Amino acid sequence: MNRLFPLFPALALTLCALLLASPLRAAIDIYQFDNTDQQDRFHRLTEELRCPKCQNQSIADSDAEIARDMRERTARMIRDGHSDQEVVNFFVDRYGDFVSYRPPVNERTAILWMGPLGLLLLGVLAIVLLVRRASRRAELEEDDHP
Amino acid sequence: MSNKNTGLWVFVPLVGFVALAILLASGLGRNPEELPSALAGKPVPAFSKPSLISGETLTEERLTGQWQLLNVWGTWCPTCYVEHPYLLELAQRGVPIVGMDYKDEDDKARDYLARYGNPFTEVIVDADGQLGLDLGVYGAPETFLINPRGEIVLRHVGEMNPRAWDEKFAPVLRQAGNPLGGPQ
Repeated sequence: MNRLFPLFPALALTLCALLLASPLRAAIDIYQFDNTDQQDRFHRLTEELRCPKCQNQSIADSDAEIARDMRERTARMIRDGHSDQEVVNFFVDRYGDFVSYRPPVNERTAILWMGPLGLLLLGVLAIVLLVRRASRRAELEEDDHP
Repeated sequence: MSNKNTGLWVFVPLVGFVALAILLASGLGRNPEELPSALAGKPVPAFSKPSLISGETLTEERLTGQWQLLNVWGTWCPTCYVEHPYLLELAQRGVPIVGMDYKDEDDKARDYLARYGNPFTEVIVDADGQLGLDLGVYGAPETFLINPRGEIVLRHVGEMNPRAWDEKFAPVLRQAGNPLGGPQ
């Protein structure tokens, strides 16, 4: 056991290094941009667009053919001077709201956006009612036994 | 008074749970791959692509004038082999099917049709997948029903089979008064 002891620091260091390693990216294609701003936009957009084939992966993460096509189209549209919104609209027009990890607020997505807030309000309301009743009961009991 | 109230409130979580369970259970039966097509009701996007058969240039005009299917396939797609016999059967019954050879090699595609039979009245070559992208295709096979005005009426993702035909395509054709949909 003692002989193994010197190995511990090395092992710990290795584990730390593993923690630091960035998650493996499926997207290894290189895209050329005119400036870093375009590059940043590309990274943000490909993280925000969802792969229609391998659902629950962004097109930046996905190795599917269609995700590669979408990355290529995104890169091309950015280079051609399209705005972020135009890129997102392009894909939403073809694949529907599904393709965006940031769906628009409309009638069909209202429950998605408002649901959590509604549940929170319901919870707060329930707590308020419970606390009120408990305190009223406590008062009543005080009245009973002065 | 207070006791009576408590009696009813006790059931609130139960009712909530049952409601949630029903909601979630109804979602379980759905196929998550089946996305609502953003293109339903819209015209086929403009394109200019070669024909696999004649080499001539085809445009969206080719998809107007009659009810027809647009079937997205490729020799790399395993499910396409599975649905191929049914496409042949549909073609034999007189359903016009236009194929779209998606991200494929022409030679392989021609061999495939020579070997397994050709159910298509025409085959559009979409080697770079750009028409697929415009159509919202994300894999193969996918089958679109196109009306005579060249508009996409419905889209079926995955294998084309008698069930998909009977449940999705035939009712639309029947409603349009097209004999391919079967008797009214």
